[in-house]
Amino acid sequence: MKILVCISHVPDTTAKINFTNGDTEFDTNGVQFVINPNDEFGLTRAIWFKEKQGAHVTVVNVGGADTEATIRKALAIGADEAIRVNANPTDGFFVAKQLAEVVKAGNYDVVICGKESLDYNGGMVPGMLASLLGYNFVNSCVGAEIEGTKATLIREIDGGKETLTADLPIVIGGQKGIVEEKDLRIPNMRGIMTARTKALNVMEPVAADAKTKAVKFEKPAPKSAVKLISPDNLDELINLLHNEAKVI
Amino acid sequence: MSVLIYTEFSEGKFKKVALELASYAKKIAESLGTTVTAVTVNAGDVSALGTYGVDKVLKVTDAKLDKFNAKAYADVVKQAAQKEGAKVVILSSTTDSLYMAPIVAVGLEAGYASNVVALPVSTNPFQVKRNAFSNKGFNITELTSDVKVIALAKNSFGLVEAQGAAAAEDFAVTLNDADFNIAIQSQDKTTGKVTIADAEIVVSGGRGLKGPENWGMIEELASVLGAATACSKPVSDLDWRPHSEHVGQTGKPVAANLYIAVGISGAIQHIAGINASKVKVVINTDPEAPFFKVADYGVVGDAFQIVPELITKLKEFKANNN
Repeated sequence: MKILVCISHVPDTTAKINFTNGDTEFDTNGVQFVINPNDEFGLTRAIWFKEKQGAHVTVVNVGGADTEATIRKALAIGADEAIRVNANPTDGFFVAKQLAEVVKAGNYDVVICGKESLDYNGGMVPGMLASLLGYNFVNSCVGAEIEGTKATLIREIDGGKETLTADLPIVIGGQKGIVEEKDLRIPNMRGIMTARTKALNVMEPVAADAKTKAVKFEKPAPKSAVKLISPDNLDELINLLHNEAKVI
Repeated sequence: MSVLIYTEFSEGKFKKVALELASYAKKIAESLGTTVTAVTVNAGDVSALGTYGVDKVLKVTDAKLDKFNAKAYADVVKQAAQKEGAKVVILSSTTDSLYMAPIVAVGLEAGYASNVVALPVSTNPFQVKRNAFSNKGFNITELTSDVKVIALAKNSFGLVEAQGAAAAEDFAVTLNDADFNIAIQSQDKTTGKVTIADAEIVVSGGRGLKGPENWGMIEELASVLGAATACSKPVSDLDWRPHSEHVGQTGKPVAANLYIAVGISGAIQHIAGINASKVKVVINTDPEAPFFKVADYGVVGDAFQIVPELITKLKEFKANNN
């Protein structure tokens, strides 16, 4: 089994979000970057397949040289090798096109992506990638098993779960649940040391036209101060929710 | 040329998000000088769509489409868009629609923007405002392709009635075997319970509730309000509540009309996940809890006294107002 795990390099979930250059760019100043959490759940599942079923795990990121620290972390967690497509990830379609080339070149039969990245929240790369490749695709997976050439996936649906089966090759959109939070691994010293010697190949991008562009960013309007209601006057809370907010 | 929407029909009626989509599409169609066509799959009575601005309904009926299947449904939407020559295709933000949207986009060689929260900033060039950075910012995205696919965030537009009736016609689609390569083995769906995805009101509990044995009052408060129950990340990590209830940045997103947080301090990741909710109420003993900074209404005090009293008062209120 050859697994490709696609990772995004995103601001840490606690990062303060600011914009710069006339609100046309995300301000990376002072921001800590991490492996996109949805991708890290998928990566951890891939490492499980490696340890239990002998899978070979490659991680890939589309980004500039500044993402290599994030890629090395994925290697330290246990991926065998890494690829960086040397391009600015302008939009989801452009990224999917690059990843499709990587998949074709490496003949991967299982591709695991996070269902969405926590920076642009586009939620489009896994589905577009699967469509470009003609691979089967299951999104929002909270469970994944692979036996031979068959995959069994559990997908989250509104109000429950659904169990599906499909043949490889497949693209899996992962999220929390494909492994649990407690299964995530913090790289140990040995992992970090061996990660330094693992291959990180840089590929040049193929030509692809982005179909969207980020024109501008805005921060949410400042919030007006909270209205405090005394615990002895809950009638007032009900009154406000009914007459002012009109939500009950 | 019409604006095409895919309207989800479930348990005998259109989902509220489908009617919201119709309302939203009508406004866009008006500014483009065109009409709204809705495509439905195995839907019953489609008259509700006309009430919310749909001019024409393409009814697809096929037993093979009994259960949602992303590839096959994406094919349905693609063929409907091609039949109508639609340049703008709009989907809702349910799990199913978000699953198929990128497949639809590739099929139509379209650009795609998800999480759209308002009418387009401009229709030429086509620019939309969308939530990004887990609700910590907005992003104005321009779709430069000929056909555009967008997904409207839930509860971001609301329902707007229009005077009209939709003309319904049967629409035959061509499906191939490859559309059904993925087989559904089983579904495990809670019935008779409001889900977080569909809920207008969500009542959520945090570590301040001290233990799973204290969730009775959260469930009762939810039941009085017709709300879904949810919880913070530590609560699901401690296994006090099922993971399916975890809301926040790595859990489920919430875009309810009313979000009530009980005993949740308001970590930045939690806020990110629920911030798309319109009105937020926080009940917490600690007046310094960060949640008070983002809430609309707050009660500082002991949840174990406040929640039961609130339940009693809400029952009285409901009895007098229904």
